Amino acid sequence: MRKELLQLKRDRLTFAMIVGIPVMQILLFGYAINTDVRNLASAVADQANSHLSRQFIADLGQTQVLDLQYVVDTPQEIEALLKAGEISIGIHIPPDFDRRVIDDRRAAAHLMVDAVDPRVLSVANQLRSMPLSFDATISPPARAGAFEVRPYFNPERRSAVFIIPGLIGIILTLTMMLFTAVAVVREREHGNLELLINTPVSTTQLMIGKVVPYIAIGIVQLTLIIAVGRLLFNVPIRGSILDLYLAASVFVAANLALGLFVSTVVKTQFQAIQITFFILLPSILISGFVFPFDGMPRVVQYLGEVLPTTHFIRLTRGIMLRDAPLGDMSQELLALGVFALVAMTAATIRFSKRLD
Amino acid sequence: MSVEANLAIKARGLTKRFGNLTAVDHLDLDVPSSIIYGFLGPNGSGKTTAIRMLCGLLTPSEGGATVLGLDVPENAKTLKPQIGYMTQRFSLYGDLTVQENLEFIADIYSYNRAGRTERIEELVEQYDLQDQRNQFAGTMSGGQRQRLALACAVLNKPRLLLLDEPTSAVDPKSRRDFWAKLFALADAGTTILVSTHYMDEAERCHRLAILDHGRKVADGSPAELQAATNMSIIEVLANDTQAVQIELGKLAEVASITQLGIRLRVLIPDTISNPLPLVDRVLATASLEAKAALVSASLEDVFVAATLENTTIEQAA
Repeated sequence: MRKELLQLKRDRLTFAMIVGIPVMQILLFGYAINTDVRNLASAVADQANSHLSRQFIADLGQTQVLDLQYVVDTPQEIEALLKAGEISIGIHIPPDFDRRVIDDRRAAAHLMVDAVDPRVLSVANQLRSMPLSFDATISPPARAGAFEVRPYFNPERRSAVFIIPGLIGIILTLTMMLFTAVAVVREREHGNLELLINTPVSTTQLMIGKVVPYIAIGIVQLTLIIAVGRLLFNVPIRGSILDLYLAASVFVAANLALGLFVSTVVKTQFQAIQITFFILLPSILISGFVFPFDGMPRVVQYLGEVLPTTHFIRLTRGIMLRDAPLGDMSQELLALGVFALVAMTAATIRFSKRLD
Repeated sequence: MSVEANLAIKARGLTKRFGNLTAVDHLDLDVPSSIIYGFLGPNGSGKTTAIRMLCGLLTPSEGGATVLGLDVPENAKTLKPQIGYMTQRFSLYGDLTVQENLEFIADIYSYNRAGRTERIEELVEQYDLQDQRNQFAGTMSGGQRQRLALACAVLNKPRLLLLDEPTSAVDPKSRRDFWAKLFALADAGTTILVSTHYMDEAERCHRLAILDHGRKVADGSPAELQAATNMSIIEVLANDTQAVQIELGKLAEVASITQLGIRLRVLIPDTISNPLPLVDRVLATASLEAKAALVSASLEDVFVAATLENTTIEQAA
């Protein structure tokens, strides 16, 4: 037992993990699990532009459930924003809003909701019952159901539709990172590396040689997941399958590069696996895979933006569910590309062709 | 051509420190071309570190070396295609077959397509690997692995071979075959630097350097080294070797005693003029039945003497 403790003490990384993992878990779970979703990115198209409608929009803002980021002119623009994944909820106020408010038979406004995440839809449904409290001078009949909710993309509220596109990201993160994280350390442990670096092969060649075959494996995995998702769970692919593969290739490259970098830092395969899980955990929790990204505190969101999985999940949901063209989400793709490049460069620099 | 130009390796003041430990300490080395040069030294004497510096794997803390006319580690890139390196541990891929390993190495050296197949055929035959061709390297015996590793190291026809304890996991028969291959390579013009801690291997080298605690304590041909030792060697034949060893150990003049079966090899510095009577007197006083005789130094004696000296210097410092 003493020996076990001694060895643990020597292995500084494992020691850090003992402290780091529980702290990180508590922080992540504490901040990420947030059942009352707030600050959902939203847009408003106020076609009435009346005193009443402006008052109404101000009231909505007060609820803190919505974060009004865009003001547009038409519901079509809202749809475009929804499709691009810029917003989760759009509010359309028709030109005859003032009359609709006092008309029981017609909805006063429309809530256009990205229903991919069932939780966002339920938030929208809660908003529906928000009492309209206008100023006393007009005092319309207080009534519930002033909104009509229009769910987009996943009207049946099936969770498989929500989960599977994100799951592609999680599975690829785990498998791809593990492949390369172990790759260099294994050769180091087996002594192959000493031989390799003594040959004329260059570091860049070595790194590319380690990444390229696994991109192909990643693509095979992607095909497998979407095939199963399609056949068993009827998950749609509404957008271009080519876009999906393109996005996945960049994402896989980013993960492989990250794994490669990990591999140049750690000393043993065991450490490589530990680090992989250390990165996988936030990839599951704060990437928007299970918990709505908008609901998390700002700091955690920034952290999430650093993870490639966050961007990839936005891409897969966009392409598969919302038929979003890749061009509309170019910054996500760019983020992945930049990540891959930075990680690859870091790995190449870290991996010196010398032993000291 | 000058003597300088004929040196495959020339090192001056080559030093490597790891924290407080000085693994290689101001090593000067002159290795002529086309010979087998030995590094003889106990574990931890800096053999591996020295070799790694010579092929550019490690950056010297001090000093430098010229290998095949190229400065290391600055020109390591140009040097690498010209050297073959065999690591202490088997460093090929255990989950690849012999053929696949050879192909992989050929690819790495960008061996031209046409010549590749031919060269691999040649090597498989030369190194007697026909029967193992499709066997996984991981399942082969020590001797077979050694042959494969050597075949890989010479695949690119290097001018210099660096072998780091190549035969430490190999039976005597395989070792003999292995050395036969090395001699053939040296005859063909390859310079070979080989590290070892086996005396019989050191004896086969054309020249060798004895390393101890990172320092070169002696160098020359095995014969030169044996002739130049500064110890008198007395061989004592005795039945009760233990008792003799204890009695002689009490003598201040005795530098070292090594037991070989019923024989004891006693090393006494040659500054003592009449070592044999000295030993005889001790044996007589203790009334021990033993026969002592002055003999010539073996390489092992040279090694023991050389590594002893270093220790005493260190203690004095």
